[in-house]
Amino acid sequence: MTLKNKVNRELPDELTKRYGYLPFTNSSYEGVVTQRCGPKVRATTGKDKCAYTLEEVIVKTVKDGMTLSFHHHFREGDHVFNAVMRLVIDLGYKNLTLAPSSLTNVMNDIVVEAIEKGVVRHITSSGMRGKLGEVVSQGMLQNPVVLRSHGGRARAIETGSIKIDVAFLGVPNSDEMGNANGMVGASACGALGYALMDAQYAQTVVLVTDHLVPYPNMPASIKQTQVDYVVKIASVGDPDKIGSGATRFTNDPKELKIAQTVNQVITNSPYFKDGFSFQTGTGGAALAVSRFLRQSMLDKQIKASFALGGITSAMVDLLKEGLVGKLMDVQDFDRGAAQSMHENENQQEIDASWYADPANKGAMVDQLDIVILSALEIDTAFNVNVMTGSDGVIRGAIGGHQDAATANLTIIAAPLVRGRLATIVPHVTTVVTPGDTIDVVVTEVGIAINPLRTDLLAILSHIPDLPIFTMQELQAKAAEKTGTPTPLSFTDKVVAFVEYRDGTLIDVIKQVQE
Amino acid sequence: MLKQDRLRRTMMFVPGNNPAMLKDAGIYGADAIMFDLEDAVAISEKDAARYLVYEMVKNVDFGQAELVVRINGLDTPYWQNDVRAMVKAGIDVIRLPKVETADMMTDLTIMILLAEKEFGRQAGETKVMAAIESALGVLNARKIAMSCQGRMMGIALSGMDYTKDMGTHRYPDGQELHFARNMVLHAARAAKIAAFDTVFTDMNDEAGFIRETQLIYQLGYDGKSVINPRQIPLVNLIYQPTKSEVLAAQAVVAASKAAAEKGTGVLSLNGQMIDRPVVLQAEKVLQLAKATHLVDEKGNDIEK
Repeated sequence: MTLKNKVNRELPDELTKRYGYLPFTNSSYEGVVTQRCGPKVRATTGKDKCAYTLEEVIVKTVKDGMTLSFHHHFREGDHVFNAVMRLVIDLGYKNLTLAPSSLTNVMNDIVVEAIEKGVVRHITSSGMRGKLGEVVSQGMLQNPVVLRSHGGRARAIETGSIKIDVAFLGVPNSDEMGNANGMVGASACGALGYALMDAQYAQTVVLVTDHLVPYPNMPASIKQTQVDYVVKIASVGDPDKIGSGATRFTNDPKELKIAQTVNQVITNSPYFKDGFSFQTGTGGAALAVSRFLRQSMLDKQIKASFALGGITSAMVDLLKEGLVGKLMDVQDFDRGAAQSMHENENQQEIDASWYADPANKGAMVDQLDIVILSALEIDTAFNVNVMTGSDGVIRGAIGGHQDAATANLTIIAAPLVRGRLATIVPHVTTVVTPGDTIDVVVTEVGIAINPLRTDLLAILSHIPDLPIFTMQELQAKAAEKTGTPTPLSFTDKVVAFVEYRDGTLIDVIKQVQE
Repeated sequence: MLKQDRLRRTMMFVPGNNPAMLKDAGIYGADAIMFDLEDAVAISEKDAARYLVYEMVKNVDFGQAELVVRINGLDTPYWQNDVRAMVKAGIDVIRLPKVETADMMTDLTIMILLAEKEFGRQAGETKVMAAIESALGVLNARKIAMSCQGRMMGIALSGMDYTKDMGTHRYPDGQELHFARNMVLHAARAAKIAAFDTVFTDMNDEAGFIRETQLIYQLGYDGKSVINPRQIPLVNLIYQPTKSEVLAAQAVVAASKAAAEKGTGVLSLNGQMIDRPVVLQAEKVLQLAKATHLVDEKGNDIEK
């Protein structure tokens, strides 16, 4: 038995009920009342917070069946996850749940080992890639992975859907009481926006650092009132892999063409006026947009009130130039952005809840005018997949996609085809972000406007050199280039739930047929 | 019929052996796209590139662009099969490299005519253009431009091979091309066909590219050969008429229309006699203005 949700996805009835899921209906969350869960607190004056090795702290705090959490602010340079999980595996723990903010490639091998040895039985994450994505898609875990957006994870932690027993949080600096921030130290990563949730709600908070500083450390993003233990290890991360250097401006003519078209859509939209707000991603096209947008802002003498989300050096440049008033910063993608948070008082660190949580008294995404997002696939109903590849295997992350897509003007920038694969398809493999929240899709051949946005259609159809198609027309153009692929085949086994940001079920991912 | 009236500001070179670049060639707004079977393609890949370009021309929508193919030279064993495949595919224009004499163009058109018969195309439908790449070619430019009556679309200068032949190389100021540029342009104008300037290869020297394009615009070239889509908007900006040029051209065309409606033989505007070349020039200005969206289809101003 299956039931269909509002984006026409078949959800296995029995499994949906067993996990207590409601089917996705719509993107509104106005007025919903939730109860938040506070953690238990073991009172201490903090005398022995710093007295133990990592192994000793694990032995003191972790028990079989617990939920452990981590953050991914160190991205591909992370040393903390592997250090903790090595000990957890070697100490013989069983039946653990992993609840990191996301899983990067550097974490893959040890998670696979932990699954193989029965150490890890459940995972919830923003996403996964590489070998881990493959083994999960092949059905290696008995229980479905739960995939949540950054805002959705914040909500799940606050409401107790994710109950973190022990949070192991790598920090670039801390004092012996646990006052810590992400800005100073060899492994500086800038904002700690995702980790701040764990620090606030985990039953036990363990900070792991390679840089102990004199008490009291400030500014304190994570405060001593939240922290149970501080552990010093040799290195929490590889600075070269935590953040890239300044990202090179793309020379790819197709990316530039897409970026220029995105800028045309933005600057001709009613939202492009003094005091507007925006969010961009990190891809080549997104970075190029910020350069074109900068020129348009100078030409039209328009300034933005704030830019939101993951911050890059390109954003910092706009801040310094006075074109953007504030950077609301949940994570930093490069060294320049991380450095700037320390130096510029207008670059504000925000936690994942403030950033994107729907179960809030207002999240920053609710104030967002314009967002530019990417996609692996988009279908003719504007639904977006950022999770599964053309082979049906998990190879992505929701990130803030669902959250930011609630902006007034949500633009998806993606090429019509990638190599021999169509990006615009009749039906996406996995629905991550519902089509009703997507307003404009920009490709290299032209744009498509969501039929719900008759206002945008009326405005943008008068712009010269901006070809407008229906999604069906774009899909046909893509198919003309790639042909029609043989449909993917899956077994009936569900390997992952894709939650919408409100906690309803928007799609399930099934085991790939070998 | 040869489309004399179409814009040819940019002719974008695309390697004939690169599927990714070929499939996207139509999205950048080039007036003409030139698929290269010659220099860009290694000898070992000549057949593969020919098949690839054939399929691309047959199957991919390149929009409004005029489709040109640069075939291999008459001194190679490939050119005849190049011609047959491209005529069969329905290419708009065949460009012959290293043209030094009018006879070479005649040899080419004989082969094209045979191919048109073989594949059921209308005789004369496939146009040709000549690339001048040597001192001898430049000196014979007039005869070359005047050859192949009805098929000849244009003539292009290829600066790299030409400067080599002259015992020099490309300089930033372009003085070494002074004579050749003028010779090729005069030949084209005398034959009433299009003239294309050579490529500019240093993608890091945007100022140099703009300087060179301004020069050839001033000389009177129809357009420039480009090797990267990023060069296209730069060329189009230089070829974009000024507001006063557009207003003057609109006045001339309006006067011409009014005169035609009245049946007046003599045309004047503000007391000045206007002859046919002035009207043609004004129409060209308005065509350029439309292409860069300075005016809409009806000639009304578009606020940028």
